[in-house]
Amino acid sequence: MRFTDEFRDPDKARTLVGEIARLAVPLAAARGRPLQVMEICGGHTHTIFRYGLKGMLPQDSIEFVHGPGCPVCVLPMGRVDDCVALARDPRVILTTFGDAMRVPGSQGSLLQAKANGADVRMVYSPLDALQLARVNPEREVVFFALGFETTMPSTALTVLQARREGIRNFSLFCNHITIVPTLKAILDSADLRLDGFIGPGHVSMVIGNRPYDFIAQVYGRPIVVAGFEPLDLLQSLWMVIKQLAEGRCEVENQYKRIVAEDGNEQALAALTEVFELREFFEWRGLGSIDHSGVRMRKEFAAFDAERKFSMPNVAVADPKSCQCGEVLKGLIKPHQCKVFGTACTPEKPLGALMVSSEGACAAYYQFGRIDVKAHRAGAAGLT
Amino acid sequence: MCLGIPGRVIAITDAGNKLGMVDVCGVRRQINLACVIDDAHTVDSCVGDWVLVHVGFAMSRIDEHEAALTLELLQQLGEAQNEIDAMRQRQEH
Repeated sequence: MRFTDEFRDPDKARTLVGEIARLAVPLAAARGRPLQVMEICGGHTHTIFRYGLKGMLPQDSIEFVHGPGCPVCVLPMGRVDDCVALARDPRVILTTFGDAMRVPGSQGSLLQAKANGADVRMVYSPLDALQLARVNPEREVVFFALGFETTMPSTALTVLQARREGIRNFSLFCNHITIVPTLKAILDSADLRLDGFIGPGHVSMVIGNRPYDFIAQVYGRPIVVAGFEPLDLLQSLWMVIKQLAEGRCEVENQYKRIVAEDGNEQALAALTEVFELREFFEWRGLGSIDHSGVRMRKEFAAFDAERKFSMPNVAVADPKSCQCGEVLKGLIKPHQCKVFGTACTPEKPLGALMVSSEGACAAYYQFGRIDVKAHRAGAAGLT
Repeated sequence: MCLGIPGRVIAITDAGNKLGMVDVCGVRRQINLACVIDDAHTVDSCVGDWVLVHVGFAMSRIDEHEAALTLELLQQLGEAQNEIDAMRQRQEH
């Protein structure tokens, strides 16, 4: 497929791995530990595991730390409970993306609510939810909106379309979050060891590269905005390590075919018209982070499920045995969690990181055996 | 969640609502083009564009020139590596 296959060429991947190793090995030796590079986006975590990139790299010299960039994984249980309560209202058709269906709340997931008779429907696009509102005028169609800036323009444009058409039975339950305040919280943590970042390509396609300037300028860490094919990831890692080797820290863009320096003007205009920052938002495993979520502006109150319906709005603590928070902060690896692969599996997820295919735990569970094999062959292992 | 897939705009289906038909690996679907059009690139000029599709919206026009430059750089890196390997081998012999 065009713009995809070219970025999966194994020969070029081998060359990049060689270059990365050449630069990384002496840097890691000088530090007395592996270089730690955080891939922020869950999509990148998935690529790393899907294509076994981790196993191709020198394990003693480079370690990926899997960042908090999976919106399904960081959604607090209380918000899922609100959603399940909404779905039980017989007037409501609750719509959402496939990933969000399986996130466990304290009262079960949306999928379980559906099995118990609630009208929950999976959609590919918020536009499909709007179409359901058009053809079911006697019902209330609520779209459970979640995701970073990548997804915000699509829900914002859908709401604007609903307003233009005067559709009254469509609303959003807005759980959109923004990554930059959370990155700052990670960079401010006392035990930070991260050497550099691989930046989220599709968030950046909307917001541009300038919001990351503080990472280079204030925190002195390199960041390279990356695409999602294996060669994109490897080239971006090489660019991060090249910066480290040359003593630079800058914001660089590997994904120029998609990401413009200033982002996407039309997308930004739509999302700022509809959404405004919340004072704070709760992240599963990370706690409350200031200005890390958005809500709908009051001009759009008629399309805001939080204003339209009463919801329990109760904060629910994560299960005690879950160590999602520690995994998200990079303090432990997924397989070091007490319930990994036993009480918590992709079929029956306990923690959010096991739910989405972009979650670090699900990726370890699904593709981790590649590493185990490599370990047995004496080349690499689960670290 | 944040993934996108390249597709090619093959027709404009509703210019007023900025909707067009996109082909992704042979699968066709109507998508919204609002984020890839402006005064300089109107909705009608989108036919033939490669775009990144995310949840039913074209989110970016794929810059073919930049894609070629990225691949070229990787190519050069490979050639440089071959050169270095060849030099190394010669030294060893």
